[in-house]
Amino acid sequence: MKNLFSKKNKSSKKPITVEQNINRKNFISFTIFGVYAASAYSGWRWLYKSQIETAGITAGAHKPLRRALNKTELFFRRLTFNENHLVKTYPRSMAAKKIRHNSDIGSGGVLPPEFWKLKVKKISGETLQITLDELMKLPKTAITYDFKCVEGWDQISHWEGVSFRDFMANFKLEAESKLEYVGMETPDKRYYVGIDMPSAMHPQTLLAYQMNDEPLNGNHGQPLRLIIPVKYGIKNLKRIGTITFSNNRPYDYWAEQGYDYYSGL
Amino acid sequence: MKAIKEKHPLVMRWTHWVNFPVLAIMIWSGMLIYWANDEYRITIFGHTYVRFFPDWYYKLLHIPARLAEGMAFHFLFMWFFALNGFFYVLYTMISGEWRQLVPSRHSFKEAWLVLLHDLHIRKTAPPQDKYNAAQRIAYTAIIIMGFGSLVTGFAIYKPVQFYYLTWLCGGYHLARIWHFVLTIGYVLFFVIHIVQVILAGWNNFRSVISGFEVVNEEPKPIIENIPTSDEKSIQ
Repeated sequence: MKNLFSKKNKSSKKPITVEQNINRKNFISFTIFGVYAASAYSGWRWLYKSQIETAGITAGAHKPLRRALNKTELFFRRLTFNENHLVKTYPRSMAAKKIRHNSDIGSGGVLPPEFWKLKVKKISGETLQITLDELMKLPKTAITYDFKCVEGWDQISHWEGVSFRDFMANFKLEAESKLEYVGMETPDKRYYVGIDMPSAMHPQTLLAYQMNDEPLNGNHGQPLRLIIPVKYGIKNLKRIGTITFSNNRPYDYWAEQGYDYYSGL
Repeated sequence: MKAIKEKHPLVMRWTHWVNFPVLAIMIWSGMLIYWANDEYRITIFGHTYVRFFPDWYYKLLHIPARLAEGMAFHFLFMWFFALNGFFYVLYTMISGEWRQLVPSRHSFKEAWLVLLHDLHIRKTAPPQDKYNAAQRIAYTAIIIMGFGSLVTGFAIYKPVQFYYLTWLCGGYHLARIWHFVLTIGYVLFFVIHIVQVILAGWNNFRSVISGFEVVNEEPKPIIENIPTSDEKSIQ
């Protein structure tokens, strides 16, 4: 009973009416709602107006968004990437006769074959110079799969070439295959991609020299291109000039334009 | 006499209001992505009725040439969308609220009567609990749709690593179409939802912010306990 007589005698106050209770509850809820709405809005403005990242290996994205992209990609890569997860293949007959041509930065026109050799920069400092004939003598791998462009379109197409795994084994690039990244660029260095080693060594990754039954033409990366079905089209570099290996992320054309570096499927 | 009747628990209000801006951002960033390959049309007998979206619409909303940005936003806010939805479903299950939300055996027939009532074709609506039959169907469907967006989204996002989801959606190409159709579904849901909220009035709208409705309670009639003749005989 003691508390009844404590300094504030609450019992002497009239109990609040229903009307007052309604007003009080409304006031509290709407204040909280207003604060929530205002902070959600300012949070959004902050993100939307946030600084663009300092240009480096990646560029062009808002700083916080780039962080989120990298973390999210890493999360899903760790969660799901498995080189035994093969890209779905299709019967050869389903392959498009006319393969869609989107872009040929660094690979337009026809490069006379005598002017082309694949340069492979080994970690020893030595540079291999490989001709197309040498590559064509290696075991041939063919794939008919659904090519996926980052823009959203996809097309079933047929490619033939040497699997990147076979290529690495044949040219004794074991030491290089232990590094984390493969870099590839066009002979004119205008287009370049960086590929993580597990994706490069995926059994379906090809150095392709043929589409359908034709040698590659100028629109599709003649004489040799990358076909990497575990990545979006932007990583499927046309007209490979040089291959490098590194533990650091190599330059990547589209990662500099705000796209995710990994761009894996 | 006026009285307070508690209606929407705090968790349901929060998840509702978190979902609203998050879904808006997902749809907007989805449009930034869709623009890069805007190939969907509704074509019946060779005539295209709807093309998503007209150029003036893209221009008005500054959609063009922002694919990379759209993807970056989409892959961040997908977390909030998924977690908020997951939290909501978990809550409805633990609290038992799901019983008010999941359609019952009669809901599909009743929903038709609710529709007729809402369209002023029928005078009376069937008796309801917290939600009427049409609401039960709509609010359950929207959760299934949300789950569908998640599944089709994953099927497009990682079609190689989540190959089983892509297979489940009928392949990459079809998964992308489902993902798009579900989004159109949200927009239609939103339109009907807003109309219904306006028609239902302030008391209903307020309950999604403050949690309660104000009801007019009739003073309880005092009933004299007159024993019936049957009971008498027992006595």
